[in-house]
Amino acid sequence: MDSVITLAGVGLTYPGPPPVSALRDVDLDVRQGDYLAVVGPSGSGKSTFLNVVGLLDRPTHGTYLLDGVDVSTLSERDRTALRGQRIGFVFQAFHLMPYRTATENVALATLYAGVPKKVRISTAHEALARVGLAHRAHALTNMLSGGERQRVAIARAILHRPSLLLCDEPTGNLDSDNAASVLTLLDQLHRDGMTLMVITHDSTVASRAKRLVTIRDGALC
Amino acid sequence: MLIAPSRFRLGDVIEESVAGLLQRPMRSALTMLGTMLGVGSFVAVLGLTATAGGQIDKRFTELAATEVTVADVGVAGANDPTMSFPANAASRVESINGVVHGGRWWPVPLDHPAVSSAPGISSHGGELQILAMDPSTVEAARPVLRLGRTFDTFHADRHEKVAVLGSVAASNLGIYRLDGNPAVFIDGTPFTVIGIIDDTGRMPDMLFGVIIPASTAYDLYGPPTEQRAQMLLETRLGAASVVADQVSLALRPDAPDLFKVTAAPDPKALRSKIGGDLDVLFLTLASISLIIGAIGIANTTLVAVLERTHEIGLRRALGARPRHIAAQFLTESTVLGLLGGMIGAAAGITVVVIAALVQGWTPLLQTWAVAPAPVAGALIGLLAGVYPAQRAARIEPVEALRR
Ligand SMILES: Nc1ncnc2c1ncn2[C@@H]1O[C@H](COP(=O)(O)OP(=O)(O)OP(=O)(O)O)[C@@H](O)[C@H]1O
Ligand SMILES: [Mg+2]
Repeated sequence: MDSVITLAGVGLTYPGPPPVSALRDVDLDVRQGDYLAVVGPSGSGKSTFLNVVGLLDRPTHGTYLLDGVDVSTLSERDRTALRGQRIGFVFQAFHLMPYRTATENVALATLYAGVPKKVRISTAHEALARVGLAHRAHALTNMLSGGERQRVAIARAILHRPSLLLCDEPTGNLDSDNAASVLTLLDQLHRDGMTLMVITHDSTVASRAKRLVTIRDGALC
Repeated sequence: MLIAPSRFRLGDVIEESVAGLLQRPMRSALTMLGTMLGVGSFVAVLGLTATAGGQIDKRFTELAATEVTVADVGVAGANDPTMSFPANAASRVESINGVVHGGRWWPVPLDHPAVSSAPGISSHGGELQILAMDPSTVEAARPVLRLGRTFDTFHADRHEKVAVLGSVAASNLGIYRLDGNPAVFIDGTPFTVIGIIDDTGRMPDMLFGVIIPASTAYDLYGPPTEQRAQMLLETRLGAASVVADQVSLALRPDAPDLFKVTAAPDPKALRSKIGGDLDVLFLTLASISLIIGAIGIANTTLVAVLERTHEIGLRRALGARPRHIAAQFLTESTVLGLLGGMIGAAAGITVVVIAALVQGWTPLLQTWAVAPAPVAGALIGLLAGVYPAQRAARIEPVEALRR
């Protein structure tokens, strides 16, 4: 029972017109502590795959178990709640709120879980320390460098101890030095037992993972 | 398995909304302007109306409520040339309990009299009226003297040729000083000017007049013809209607029907007539600026929703439900309206107080006009936020997070 996600025959067809089968018959089992990279050329279906795994989109075929819960049959309300509680997102574009401090941004992760503000702030400080940014806790995010921003985003993604950390091109907007520091951080999270899935087309990023799957025309291989 | 649904605590909603507004402080301030103006004008107009109304009330209780007029209607139907008032009409009415002053007056029946400040000079008297008055009539009109004095019973009993000038008449005639005993010449007859009236509480026509004692006028020019004589009475407060009932009999026990007596008009009726037109105009303007304020808030909130699509997508990814997104933007617009309403109300109150101080009036503000102002602002913000909030709630996270 240590599977974090189990996909069986999962597919997604965009209705179109014309209808596009962006994902077909995907079977995948990700276990606790796995570090998985998903690679593939442009248009192969990486983003579609991320949206399905991250509960942002609903597959049209197959079953998807997250922590043993069949999410393909969940109501919209439960899917939203589960997404907030079990998935941590790291985006290429960081998606931090400008004019607000690093702490405030990180503390947003458990806002919709109804965690009291004090608790959110203190756990946010811990998470920032974990990504090596304790000294920048009160800085406004628009004053941070790209690498610092992505580390703040990672702190936000791990604040609520998600079952799966989903990273979409996490180094896509960074220079090589900053990219390296972010990848080192991901390695460290993996060592601490975090389950990681990184979607990328960058082979140096993919090489850090312990497992590699390739997606081509919507199919895993 | 039971999944705890997402929530958004009220305190958090308010905090997130205020933080959203503070991201763009200048824009938020400008957005509030319309609501501020609208609510502010409402409070100011209602306050100024109340303040001015209170002032009018005061004057009425002091002046109009203590006024009784008596018209000489004569014998009905006939072209009655005689004056119905007896010569001692003034002392007759003043013996009524409650009368302070009272006397007769009429325009002197002269056809285009030549009035000038020196003999031989052609008339200045185009707009000047020559008024015959008992000394007590002048008193009842509450004159404010600029120079000299008014005539009294001594002058009247001796039928002296004296005159008191209204301020307008005095400047038309070029009489500004009393040293040197200036005179006005009415068709060549000199009248010594003994006083100049600056202002009156009643009968403002007196300011355009040359006022001479009624006894003198009767002697020289006979009884009034075209416009018949009247009496003006000042009573003690609250005595006007009682006095009005007794005047006719006191004047002519033999023929009380010769007079028509009028007591003070109802002050309330008059006040609403004065206030009404202006109120409607300004309240219409205030409503228009409230509508503009609402459109401003709706527009700014919509722009904020479109600008912050990524933020909305992120919040949805972090577990926010569409209703949580809607609540946040609705709260932002409501807070904008509330702040606009509060600042507007404060500005409106300031305007009323300053205006009242400048006029030397007592500022009057009804609680019902001020207390709901912030609530009204908040309501406007809430309504204005409905459409943008709906738009925000409909944003799909997948679309919003696409880079
Ligand atoms: N909303 C949509 N409606 C219809 N077709 C879509 C939609 N979104 C994506 N597609 C199509 O589905 C296929 C997979 O798209 P997807 O965005 O998952 O590719 P990707 O691997 O993320 O590409 P890239 O590396 O360029 O981001 C593409 O052919 C794309 O055109
Ligand atoms: Mg993509």
